Amino acid sequence: MISTRELTKDFAVSRTETVHAVRGISLTVEPGELVAVLGPNGAGKTTTLRMLTTLIAPTAGTAEVAGYDVVARPDQVRRQIGYVGQGNGAGHSQRVADELAGQGVIYGLDRRAAKLRAEELLESLELKDLARRKVSELSGGQRRRLDVAMGLVHAPKLLFLDEPSTGLDPQNRANLWDHILRMRAQYEMTIVLTTHYLDEADSMAERVVVVDHGQVIADDTADALKAELAGDRLALTVAPSNHSAVRRLAEQLPGARDLAIEGDEISVRVTNGPAALPVLIGGAQRLGVPVAAAQVHRPTLDDVFLTLTGRSLRETGTNGKAAA
Amino acid sequence: MTTLTIPTVSRPAASPAQRNLLRDIRIVMTRELKPVLRDPFSLLFGMIQPLVFLGLFGPLLRGSMGAAFGDGVWQWFVPSILVMTTLFGTSTTGANLLSEFQTGAHERMMVTPLSRSSLLIGRALKEMVPLFGQALIVIAVMTPFGFDLHVDGAVIGLALLAVFGIGLGAFSYALAIAVRKQDWLFWVVQQTFLFPLMILSGMLLPLETGPGWMQVASKFNPLAYLVDAERALFAGDVSSTAVLWGWLAALITAAAGLTVGIRTMLRSAA
Repeated sequence: MISTRELTKDFAVSRTETVHAVRGISLTVEPGELVAVLGPNGAGKTTTLRMLTTLIAPTAGTAEVAGYDVVARPDQVRRQIGYVGQGNGAGHSQRVADELAGQGVIYGLDRRAAKLRAEELLESLELKDLARRKVSELSGGQRRRLDVAMGLVHAPKLLFLDEPSTGLDPQNRANLWDHILRMRAQYEMTIVLTTHYLDEADSMAERVVVVDHGQVIADDTADALKAELAGDRLALTVAPSNHSAVRRLAEQLPGARDLAIEGDEISVRVTNGPAALPVLIGGAQRLGVPVAAAQVHRPTLDDVFLTLTGRSLRETGTNGKAAA
Repeated sequence: MTTLTIPTVSRPAASPAQRNLLRDIRIVMTRELKPVLRDPFSLLFGMIQPLVFLGLFGPLLRGSMGAAFGDGVWQWFVPSILVMTTLFGTSTTGANLLSEFQTGAHERMMVTPLSRSSLLIGRALKEMVPLFGQALIVIAVMTPFGFDLHVDGAVIGLALLAVFGIGLGAFSYALAIAVRKQDWLFWVVQQTFLFPLMILSGMLLPLETGPGWMQVASKFNPLAYLVDAERALFAGDVSSTAVLWGWLAALITAAAGLTVGIRTMLRSAA
């Protein structure tokens, strides 16, 4: 569905300064995948998306989207894809149903078909009662659902979502995702989204592409990334006199590393936390060591990012210039 | 797989392989007109604006220039009002695009298969629809006061205004896109150009009574040729050379405006 080779974008900020927003990204997305591009602000996520959606031309490299080259056949690419940008696709002075039906006409539906299609989408995205409202009168969550509806009018094979849930409260985010996932199943869509919400990439995407400084630094399922790059952390609370015994047990667990002792708590990173915990507790009991408490901390994608870059994704949020 | 149990929805007919520029222009124009039609009060207000100007400025013009014009003052001033309405309507139209730029609606349309030029032409032409309405009202109101209507000239005159309006609208969009990061600049630049262009066109007061340098300056003002052409057309003088010059000025404005406008628009995404 998408295939890029060494995709690169430089922005000349001034005569002497150039921002290398995207530095040679090669990426393949198969039909039906749901891919999240995760990275801090300014990592090049949006710039990559803008190249794939024909909004800007790459400085170097190639990209084929839905079977067409983005530079040679932007017209064909535009017909195949749906795009939900960071802003509101629906004009604020327009009425909800007008704008949605108008989008259908743009994609070649006749007026009648476009109107029916708009009604269908408003119904399924729970916007039906707002059909005659002006877009500016909608709440943030309603407007975002309308944006998604606009991107779905022509039932595209491939949908791009640029930070779809930024600025929404948790309830609205969950609601939006319910809709996106249902639509995805209905239309058998391939979805590529950018996000800087770790939990969103974690729970929604089947594949996470981690981008930093314009380059792909990791690309796998969230579980695989976490297992390979971060690992689970076990924490056992035992009396300090037993620490050395427990420590020896912990060091024998598969993939054990980063052992740390803090107060009564002894913690260790392992490959598979849920499997290792019973082994550790059982071992302690055989030695007659009472275990007061035991926990498995599953790693987050932030731990992955931290392992990869030495920085936390939460902290980098405000750093670096956001390349539009 | 849960996805297999959910019935898939058939995809609507794909968009036509060949885009039709006229269809795209109509789509953009219809979209722009929708909020106006949904809010007829604003339309009504806009419709009577030229009448206010005619009613308040016309008598002064007649009083001070009556000796020069006699009863022909309306014949001289009505075309001015129509050019002025075009000038104000299309030169401010970039402000609409500016807000669509900021909200994201413009970007959304850039990712659709709509032809790039239709995004400018459709928007500029939208401004001409109320203009035609205003023209009809002005003509209807002024006819009892001795305004002499020549239908052929009036029709050509409005077509000429539409071509000029597309060009001016496109320039206005280019300006809006160029200053989109400091949007207040839009009005500063627009006003800076608007008033000299307007005064140096002889639209409100004849330039013949002004100093020589103003008359020279007006030779470089496309609007001046347009005003002359409109006066000739509304006087029924369809074959006047002023009309030819007017078309030339309008076509050059349109071509230059669209070139600059589309180039600015394509660069703006970066």
